[in-house]
Amino acid sequence: MSAVEEQRPIGYGRLKRKEDARFIRGQGTYVDDVQLPGMLHGAILRSPVAHARIASIDTSAALAHPKVHAVITGRDLEAQGLSWMPTLSADVQAVLATDKVRFQGQEVAFVIADDRYSARDALELIDVDYDTLPAVVNARKALDPDAPVIRDDLEGKTDNHIFDWESGDRAATDAVFARADVVVSQEMLYPRVHPAPMETCGAVADYDRVSGKLTLWSTTQAPHAHRTLYALVAGLPEHKIRVISPDIGGGFGNKVGIYPGYVCAVVGSIVTGKPIKWVEDRSENLMATSFARDYVMRGSIAATSEGRILGVQVDVIADHGAFNTTAQPTRYPAGFFHVFTGSYDLEAAHCSVRGVYTNKAPGGVAYACSFRITEAVYLVERMVDMLARELDADPAELRLRNFIRPEQFPYACRTGWVYDSGDYERTMRKALAIAGYDELRREQVERRARGELMGIGVGFFTEAVGAGPRRHMDILGLGMADGAELRVHPTGKAQLGISVQTQGQGHETTFAQIVAEELGIPPEDIEVVHGDTDNTPFGLGTYGSRSTPVSGAATAVVARKVREKARIVAGAMLEVAPEDLAWERGRWFVRGDPEQGATIQEIAMAAHGSLELPEGVEGGLDSETVYNPPNLTFPFGAYLCVVDVDPGTAAVRVRRFVAVDDCGTRINPIIIEGQVHGGLTDGVGMALMELIAFDEDGNCLGGSLMDYLIPTALEVPDWETDFTVTPSPHHPIGAKGIGESATVGSPPTIVNAVVDALAPYGVRHMDMPCTPSRVWEAMQGNAKPPQ
Amino acid sequence: MQVAMSVNGEERGAEVEPRLLLVHYLRDVLGLTGTHWGCDTSNCGTCVVLMDGEPVKSCTLLAATAAGHEITTVEGMERDGVLDPVQQGFHEEHGLQCGFCTPGMMLTARALLDRNANPTDHEIRTAISGQICRCTGYATIVRSIRWAAEHANEGARA
Amino acid sequence: MQVPSPFEYERATSVEHALELLARLGPDARLLAGGHSLLPMMKLRLASPEYLIDIDPLAGELGYVREQDGEVRIGAMTRHRELLESELLARRVAIFTDAERVIADPVVRNRGTIGGALCQADPAEDLSAVCAAADARVVVRGRDGERVLDMRAFHRGAYETAVEDGEMVTEIRVPLHPGAGSAYEKVERRVGDWAVVAAGAAVRLSDGTIEHAAIALAAVGGDVTSPAAAEALAGRPPSEELFAEAAGIAAAGCSPVTDQRGSAEYKRHVAAELTLRALRRATARALREES
Repeated sequence: MSAVEEQRPIGYGRLKRKEDARFIRGQGTYVDDVQLPGMLHGAILRSPVAHARIASIDTSAALAHPKVHAVITGRDLEAQGLSWMPTLSADVQAVLATDKVRFQGQEVAFVIADDRYSARDALELIDVDYDTLPAVVNARKALDPDAPVIRDDLEGKTDNHIFDWESGDRAATDAVFARADVVVSQEMLYPRVHPAPMETCGAVADYDRVSGKLTLWSTTQAPHAHRTLYALVAGLPEHKIRVISPDIGGGFGNKVGIYPGYVCAVVGSIVTGKPIKWVEDRSENLMATSFARDYVMRGSIAATSEGRILGVQVDVIADHGAFNTTAQPTRYPAGFFHVFTGSYDLEAAHCSVRGVYTNKAPGGVAYACSFRITEAVYLVERMVDMLARELDADPAELRLRNFIRPEQFPYACRTGWVYDSGDYERTMRKALAIAGYDELRREQVERRARGELMGIGVGFFTEAVGAGPRRHMDILGLGMADGAELRVHPTGKAQLGISVQTQGQGHETTFAQIVAEELGIPPEDIEVVHGDTDNTPFGLGTYGSRSTPVSGAATAVVARKVREKARIVAGAMLEVAPEDLAWERGRWFVRGDPEQGATIQEIAMAAHGSLELPEGVEGGLDSETVYNPPNLTFPFGAYLCVVDVDPGTAAVRVRRFVAVDDCGTRINPIIIEGQVHGGLTDGVGMALMELIAFDEDGNCLGGSLMDYLIPTALEVPDWETDFTVTPSPHHPIGAKGIGESATVGSPPTIVNAVVDALAPYGVRHMDMPCTPSRVWEAMQGNAKPPQ
Repeated sequence: MQVAMSVNGEERGAEVEPRLLLVHYLRDVLGLTGTHWGCDTSNCGTCVVLMDGEPVKSCTLLAATAAGHEITTVEGMERDGVLDPVQQGFHEEHGLQCGFCTPGMMLTARALLDRNANPTDHEIRTAISGQICRCTGYATIVRSIRWAAEHANEGARA
Repeated sequence: MQVPSPFEYERATSVEHALELLARLGPDARLLAGGHSLLPMMKLRLASPEYLIDIDPLAGELGYVREQDGEVRIGAMTRHRELLESELLARRVAIFTDAERVIADPVVRNRGTIGGALCQADPAEDLSAVCAAADARVVVRGRDGERVLDMRAFHRGAYETAVEDGEMVTEIRVPLHPGAGSAYEKVERRVGDWAVVAAGAAVRLSDGTIEHAAIALAAVGGDVTSPAAAEALAGRPPSEELFAEAAGIAAAGCSPVTDQRGSAEYKRHVAAELTLRALRRATARALREES
């Protein structure tokens, strides 16, 4: 590749991002940047307590505020049948509370005023009488017989149980555990954390009373799915709803669900006839929108004394908060947690997951978790590390010995997933080589002799991303497939419409590169349109690392459709049979006579011109498709982390982090590396500091960025990233998805490193976050779960 | 009350409530929406602008206090169609993803380079340590600022 | 985004003007210095003053770090960043420099002031401990004149100072002694977080013995200073054993509580560890100063 082509590749390569131009000038348009004439501002009054019956709500003083236009309560919504809305997990959630409040921060009333300051002032004027009830805070105790019933709105509900779900073969697992030489068990908590994108959630709703059309700008990762849900929730005809997801200031799963605030903005616009803006503040974001994790996992691993892993088993209590709003495929109430067998070839596995209600904010699937694969990988990678300790084996060696081998792919794992491809040993060896693993272990011996606490953490993960296929995977009956629509204009410039929505992942660049690779049209000649339901094809959106696996595939397929149309047109132009044409990037030419050919631009003009078009082409080259993935894709990676723990203060410093990722075909390495860097930083956050904690009354202790700590530039090292390439055999371009790999793979790697550092103190496990105080307590033999 | 200040070299005044925060003055009164906000507690730094050349958190500053001072926002970085090398650096080195923290990061970088033309990586990391980026993992931001230091006199059009 | 309640706004153009406004507007008025403690509290509506007197224009009049009469005199509106960059403090009272490196973040340090921090008196705030360890005195001025208080008199506990209605802090005076050294150590969960625990130490050496010492702790409740630890050090030659003994006394005397930043047990442990480290560095600096 020439230097110029490396800088400006037509196709895959290190193309600098197209979307940067507006962002570096401050010209992005985020929801709070939307200004409409006559626009009013909404603010939400929230519950100050975790569990209480609402005795009364007095809004008269707020209504008397000169700048207030309306105050909406649950009773007002009830009259229109809107006080409750369906969740993405077949439950219902209160839009504005009518009977009880069920978590601190729950929505109680919505004020509409001239400006955001007045709306905020008016909240102080609403008087709510609460009869406080005991709160259920600890998920382990949610099913105690004397636990208060949170969801007494559900008919016949007498406990806080949501679901029981299992996967794998319990009897076979019991059998391998019975004959195992070694069994290691551990209860571990993957604590409640929050995606906390820098932009909070918000919406601008504009309902046109004349046309009956609702235009809704909102922070959504799934505009099309939202449109359908609004149609179902609000009873508006779907063709009269336009959802626009403008620039999004980070999503990470936080912007998948529909929040009461969006619905309130819509209702407010319908009621007042004016556009309504509602943007939550940071406390609202942290206290009320979709949290992540909160899995109590009791795991066991069985092996032979030679270090052959036989099986894994885990029982989970899943804290879903006050409403089951998790966003995941309908058939999988625990998401894809059952990939918890990880990257290992073992004989048997079983997991059971019990979902419970607590008096905490609803959610659970968010924060780049790939539908609970974060929890699954954390469990198995901690268990394997504990096994290594038990066997006195090297944790890297133990993994190498038990990996699924390349020739075993496609590999059907014990819980039913079919891993598409992998070469784990190659990736692992590469990571060890980059890190200088043997040298690090020698250094560790020397440091330990001096009383220093250096830890080396090894981790490996396999992800399962890119949901569907649609026959297995749907959300509220909407199959998980995605559309693409490619228009090629007469001059050969193109417009690609996609159903997924970027929150910073660089779709405008990556997807243009896919088209460029397939058609030879330069990326700068391709406009990628997304985030507007009126102007893009239907599809389920961006989360679970599904954009490239699903929408990227749709884009390649639709580009190939255009290419085939172009072949027919080129045949007519060159007066040869289409079969006699061959393709080189950007051009069809006559086989055996390469001088004779037509570029895609010439063909586009001809397709719109006066040329008599042959059968199979009606005019133009435009095409569309819907891609229904035949299977998930299975990216993987080997991670290695070096930490130093201060023996006096127990503060942990991440000294090095090596990440070797395999996401199959690499479309834009710059963007891939960026995705990995971001995920690794999430990992440092979760492993060392991030936590949404509660006191025993259910008060949220992580409700601001003073308390919910996110890493700064000084807590993270200069990442050392590399890669291997094992293309997906079933994906049109062999790509696998990379958005969440590092968030999934890094937390256990860091915890493994911390626990390794604390080995001289006999520490076998500690739960995240590894704050100085918690690490010190582990060193005293007193490790306990947070909160 | 009446406030007036220089914003990106232009004198801008308006009648405002005393409690109006500078970030809302810039965004809602002047329509300069390149300055963002992301928290209520001065922790996130997405609202950073320059006041008299130094980075400040515009969510923790009254417009009234800023009156009479010189404010620079991201909209003022490009001059006569030529990008600030910091802006160019963020593009060259993939220093942004969602773009939300980017204006604040770039302005802090500008102030840093004005005082220290050749900062070390640690000095860069320290300078931006009051600002959170949830996307990039910071390494590319550090590289972007270093790029700007190494190309101090080159403007460009991204 | 959270926003403050309405208030009346006044802008003071001089110390005299500020005092006049305080007298006129009464106890419902608050001074606004750098704003990084008060404005967040107002946004969260934990504070809703009726009048705000903006003293930002006093940044010139009260923004200085200078040596005078054997003291370092620091104007109350001196910003954290100016303290951090003060060559005089780094050379003579390095505990300020140590602390300023870890107070909040660089952007906040561009606005926050020493006077504002001391008057806020947050229990996890660093400069109260720094000033206490450095035996600083605080100048509090009212319309009838000024009072000069040592830190024990000034700092009355969490969020409480000796500043009365109608008064304001104008200056901090830090004594300079030959053979003195000081240092500050802090554990935080993350850069920019409030202290889990912090410890400051100052020692004065003379003929190979500790002539005078002061220890102050932040974020562990109770008294900021530890006179018992200081007493244990005085008159004895510096040694690791002595430091450990004093650190143990300081830790035993503090009253930490368990919270999100850490357990009481940990805080007590780390109070000793940080005191020990601060004493070590303070002494090393004093020795350099002596030589």
